[in-house]
Parts: sequence; C-alpha cells; structure tokens
Amino acid sequence: MKDFRYLENVTTLELDQEKCIGCSMCAIVCPHTVFAVKNKKANIADRDACMECGACAANCPVEAVSVTPGVGCASYIIQTWIKGKDAVIECC
Amino acid sequence: MLDLSIKKHEAEPSATACCNADKNREDCSTVMQPLSIPMAKSEDDDAPCCGPKPGPPSSPYERPGYRMYHFVADFIETTVGVVPRVKTSLNFPDLAGTVRARLGISRDRYRVAPGLYCVGTPGPESPVLVTANYKLSFDSLRRELEDIDAWVLVLDTRGINVWCAAGKRNFSTDEVIRQVKRVSLDTLVSHRELILPQLGAPGVSSHKVKKGCGFKVFWGPIRASDLKIFLQNGRKAAEAMRQLTFTTGERIVLIPVELSLIVKPSLAILAAVFVLSGISPDVFSLSAAWFRGLNGAAAYLLGVLAGAVAVPIFLPWLPVRQFYLKGIMTGLVGAILMIIYLGDSITRIESLTLLLLTTAVSSYAAMNFTGATPFTSPSGVEKEMRRGIPIQVTAVAVSVIAWVAAPFVG
Repeated sequence: MKDFRYLENVTTLELDQEKCIGCSMCAIVCPHTVFAVKNKKANIADRDACMECGACAANCPVEAVSVTPGVGCASYIIQTWIKGKDAVIECC
Repeated sequence: MLDLSIKKHEAEPSATACCNADKNREDCSTVMQPLSIPMAKSEDDDAPCCGPKPGPPSSPYERPGYRMYHFVADFIETTVGVVPRVKTSLNFPDLAGTVRARLGISRDRYRVAPGLYCVGTPGPESPVLVTANYKLSFDSLRRELEDIDAWVLVLDTRGINVWCAAGKRNFSTDEVIRQVKRVSLDTLVSHRELILPQLGAPGVSSHKVKKGCGFKVFWGPIRASDLKIFLQNGRKAAEAMRQLTFTTGERIVLIPVELSLIVKPSLAILAAVFVLSGISPDVFSLSAAWFRGLNGAAAYLLGVLAGAVAVPIFLPWLPVRQFYLKGIMTGLVGAILMIIYLGDSITRIESLTLLLLTTAVSSYAAMNFTGATPFTSPSGVEKEMRRGIPIQVTAVAVSVIAWVAAPFVG
C-alpha cells in the first residue's frame, strides 16, 4: 500500500498522548500502519496514510484518538452536500 | 447435494431431528455429534415404472418453507441446537454467484442467513470466527478453513461486505452483541473470545463488545487467507497481515460493478446526446441526430472507459494524486486518439467539443472510483471534489452549448 498515497495534510486524525495508556489497539486495527507505539505511548508515525476509516477511534478505550470518520466516496459526499451530513447513512 | 450414505441404513429412530433438539438437550451425553435422521425408505427403487426414474427422496434436513443451501455439508447437534456444518471448498454455484455479484447482478441480494455455522468438528474450546452475511465474504472465509475446527458467527450486515458494512455501521458493536446473545454463544463455548476481521474495526469497539456480552475481541488478519497462520501463531498477525493491498487484480475485479452503477444514468445521457445532436438550422434533423449523435455517444462512452476502466487499471502509474486529474489525463489521451481517428469528418469546433466532453466524463468517473479504493480519506475526496466538480460542470456546459451551436456557425 506504500505505492498508493493520497492527498497530504487533509486528515482529521488527532491523538491526545496525555490520555494514551499504550494499549496498542490503534496500531492493531489501523489498516495503513499510521500508528507506532513506543515506550507505552502511541505516536502518529504516518499521518498522511490515514484514510479516516475510524477504526482507531472506535477501539481506543480511553478516547485518546479522534477522527471524523466517513467514506471516501464521491457519490456519498455529493449526497452530504445535498441532504446534509446527518441525513446520509446508506450510500455508495 | 448431501452425503447421507452412512445415515441411510441404520438410522436411530430416537435420533434428534432439529425440532426435537431442545427437548433432548438434557439427555444428550455427547454433544456436537452429526445428526442422524431416519430416511423414508423406498422399496420400489428397482421396480419398473413409466417415464424417467423418480429422483431420490427428499433430504431429512428439508423443512417446509426453507431451502437448503448447497454449501451446507450436514448438520451437527449442539447444546444450543442444530448447527449447519459448511463445506470449505467452493462449488460451481459459488463461482457462478461470485461472477454475477462481481458483474453487479442482484449483488444486494447475494447473502446468507445470519447466525451460527461451523466447519470441521468444533467443540466448546474451538475458536469463534465472525463475518458478514454478504455471500462473497462468507465464501472467502470458509474456503480458507480447511482442516480447521471452528464456529462461524455470521452477522446481519444486510448483505454487505465486512469493511463497507463497518463503515455503514451494520457490522457493528451492537450487531456483534446481538448475534452472540441470539445464538447463546456463552452456553456453546467454554471460552469468551471472538475473532473478528480487522476491517470490521471501524464499526466495532472491542471494549464495548466485552462490556456488552462478556466476549473479548481478537482482531484477526485483513485477509482470510492469513487466518490459518494467525491461528497457528497464537492469534498474532504479522505486520503485512494488517496492511491493505490494492493489486492490479484487486482493482480490475472492481471495474464491472463500477460500470454497472453507471449504466442507468448513461442511458438517459445518451438519449440526451442524440436529441441535442439533432438540433439544426432546419429545427430538427433526424440524420444529424443519428450521425452527430453517434460521435457524441462515442465521446461519452470513451469518457466512461477512460475514467472507470483505464484509471483503475493504471492507478499507481498516473503521476498525480487527485483522482479527477487522473481522469483528465486518461480522458485527454482517449479524446485525442478519437479526434485523430475521426479526422476531417467533423468540424474543428466539434472535435474540441468532443474532447471537452470525454475529458469531463472521464474525470467524473475517475473521481467516483475513490469510493472503491482502500486508501482515500473522505476529507481528501471532499477537497478534490471542490476543485474537480466545477471544472467538470464547466466543461460539460461548454461542450453542450458548443455542440448545439456547431451546426449554426459551422
């Protein structure tokens, strides 16, 4: 997947290291190896590889990771423009 | 369909049919045995008869109102009732179903019933593998489970694959808890562990599953083909098993579904192209509608081809990151080739118009492919759409005006 890079400096991913307990769950569930855990603290090692799937945030037991999850899909985004973000559940 | 050869002869009359399973649960000293059910005996199989020979009698597993799936080998009885044991190899109907789903034919109805299945000869210690009820997901799991004894818990993801269902919150924390409780998993197995595919993680909070039903979630590898090694290695996944791939083959299989989604709007657009092509100084010309329409339709279809076929294939080699730009690149190449081919048979305005149309359509179709890739973030897609869509809309508007105006100025 290192062959495929998407736009840089766009992800909404945030990590609050103060809250992090070093459980490594974010590193386990991330399909793009965005996180690295060193000395019982998670780091964002490859921010621009993030595709905002939301797996890390959903599985962080202390809510140290946050991301606005969504589907990177044009037809979904057009629907959110027309109907508003909350109205769109089913898509692509 | 079923191998009943052993059970046909000496079936115990007291054996437990599935409707009796609950009644007999208490006296069942050995659980998880294959079911044996008496068969209706046919004494007259060799007797002369008219017409072709009748087929075999109905399978004892048949129930009024239900249809037996071909992928079920037999059934085993457990403390929580009768559980179908599924085959770990794919047969012709599975392959045919895969082809149909990949072509987008009845894809939304290609599902299996949610609930509990098994492979091999599982017992109370056996692992529980969780998956989606899209038949392609179910097949890609069971085909990797040869020689493995395991329970397979299928969630109701509305016939959608694990990752997309996780994104839509159908492969969810609540659904895992609901199915674990529905099948009484806590009485079936002695451990309290579930193995979920890693790509289900956007929809499932492992700590909330634990809280909700007492089962601990282990995140399995992304691909079912790594599952055997994962289980052998004490449920540890190597880094490569946790990373997505998007090989040429993985991209190409997505193309037919992408195209099938464009068919409906394309018919309307093609109809509009032919009508617009007929507008002429003589109000409306049928021959112009046909001959100019053919060029317009070809330009449109070429755009679809460049955006929804060429872009997926050449994805890693198109040297820009935004998909709308990738589509512009392939669209321009296609359009230039077409103009060279058409040569002097169309005017210069017309060829420029076709170039704009092909490129805009290709750009849009390529942008739509973001939804099928495993690496585009919604923030990124939205950002490029804010740039791409105005360009595409302007190009289409200019090309429509120019195409209609061409016969008047030409």
